[in-house]
Amino acid sequence: MTVASLPQKTAWKAYSDWANNHRKWLFAAPAMIFVAILIIFPLAWTLYLSLTDSSGSVRAESDFIGFANYLEVLSDGDRFWPAVGRTFLFTGAALAVQMVLGMCIALLLWRPFKGEKWVRVAILLPLVATPVAVGMMWRLIFDPNIGFANQALAWFGIPAQPWLSGQSTALPTVIFIDIWQWTPMVVIILLAGLTSLSEEPDEAARIDGASAWQRFRFITVPLMMPTIIVAILLRSIDALKTFDLLYATKGRGGGSFHEVETLNIYAYGLSFDYNDYGLSSTVLILFFLIIIAAMWVLTRRRKDVQS
Amino acid sequence: MSVVTPKMLRPGTKNVARPSAQPRRRKPLKSRAYKVFRVVALIVIVVAFLAPLFWMLLASLKTNVDIYDAGKTLIFTPTTENYETVLGRNNYLSFVFNSFWVAFASTALSLIIGVPAAYSMSRFAMRRSALVVLMARIIPGVSLLVPWYYVFSNLSMVGGYSVLILSHMFVALPLIVYILMSYYDSMPLELEEAARVDGLTHIGAFLRVTLPLSIGGIATASILAFIFSWNNFMFALVLSGADTKTLPVAIFNFVAYASIDWGGLMAASVVVTIPIMVIALFTQKYIVSGLTAGATKG
Repeated sequence: MTVASLPQKTAWKAYSDWANNHRKWLFAAPAMIFVAILIIFPLAWTLYLSLTDSSGSVRAESDFIGFANYLEVLSDGDRFWPAVGRTFLFTGAALAVQMVLGMCIALLLWRPFKGEKWVRVAILLPLVATPVAVGMMWRLIFDPNIGFANQALAWFGIPAQPWLSGQSTALPTVIFIDIWQWTPMVVIILLAGLTSLSEEPDEAARIDGASAWQRFRFITVPLMMPTIIVAILLRSIDALKTFDLLYATKGRGGGSFHEVETLNIYAYGLSFDYNDYGLSSTVLILFFLIIIAAMWVLTRRRKDVQS
Repeated sequence: MSVVTPKMLRPGTKNVARPSAQPRRRKPLKSRAYKVFRVVALIVIVVAFLAPLFWMLLASLKTNVDIYDAGKTLIFTPTTENYETVLGRNNYLSFVFNSFWVAFASTALSLIIGVPAAYSMSRFAMRRSALVVLMARIIPGVSLLVPWYYVFSNLSMVGGYSVLILSHMFVALPLIVYILMSYYDSMPLELEEAARVDGLTHIGAFLRVTLPLSIGGIATASILAFIFSWNNFMFALVLSGADTKTLPVAIFNFVAYASIDWGGLMAASVVVTIPIMVIALFTQKYIVSGLTAGATKG
């Protein structure tokens, strides 16, 4: 009987129609729900924790103390502000060198040459290497007694350096390691930008007698500006949040003198070494605001460039 | 809170994961001096990026006595002793399995929920929703760890695979959505429309036409998601148990106590890096197209 199968068929059809009509949200919903549960909710919780004196055990009772944590953190010149300074120094220095070096290497690789493929592979390897392993590798190379770095310095008659174990040399050394690992990322992004450039402006300037430097400065760089800013944006997001490398090379609290303690390391330590969740959440909220502010400034620049 | 709009993260519609031979510039290089300079510079670059990795490999093949001997920097008798110790000790192979399983499962689950989401967000221009997913990229991971730890320890899930897989999805999902959105943005609508004319439903057209055509983008996104999950350290540091430790945590624990067994540490580091480098060698073009997704204007 068709009567029996008909309702079933229409039910399927109705379901299918419904799914098709609502596919926009049906498709997006699982990911959105995942994000809401695992990201939005923890973020809201962090905001709440930052207003409490939660500490000790995660299950312990805590009191709502308003903005007391914020006052404490913002007036903390021992750990918080130096950590802010180091975060910016680390990010700024690493980023500046990576951009300049990245641009130079990208320009070198721009025109085709023999063996190009191998050079590109060589550049890709640091980028995919596990940061913790990279940290350990450099720990050996920079070891003051047995490391290759001091051995190489000795060839040139330069006295041995403490590198990672020195109070003032640790931060520059981790900046160097970050540069080694992440310059390739900048190279890859800039190279993609260079290869998609149109040739005409460069050609025209060449015919007009512009020098190589002039063409680079007044033609290539302005045309590349949107790509350059994307590279800066992506790199600064990751550099601000660097954790693996710093924790692998210097351990808890960024070393015994907090030499490489950035905001991320500081917040992690507050939570998981001192179990001071309230204070840690406060640092994290402030850190998050700093990241947002940095992104906002960069996107504004990008819009200016584009218009 | 529209600070990082998806539009600015991925402007234009650059082709992703279609590593095609782009028209290259073909200017003759000018002077001989420049040619020589260029070759020298390229050699310096390659050496600078590869030498430290080579150093790690060499040290992993030396005995600890040789590592301490400056005279045996390059010439020494290689030994596989370190690898035997590392792989024999503490079920190191089970950490390899943990890393692999967590990276694989989190990538697969992220694909299942991420691919349709990326499609929908691209086709219906759901910029605000995309922004929420991409926000995951800029949130410091530590701020998620405390609430996660609280919730998951109440559910007695801390130390299990499921919580590690969930936390690594936080790394994989935004990456997949981000890469595939720019992939779908650049994919012409005509093919789907043709499928609709032939009688397929919207969902049918997505499943039978769009999805098979986006295999390249899906491959790109999965490779990168796998690599980033494999390399991830912070989540497993807090959320893994003795049995579910991933490789980066296992390496880190190597130096937590007493004096460092450098040979063993380097062997362990090589073991974690080698698989990822082999993947990178074979999928180089995909990795590059994924990393540059949306970074350039088409």
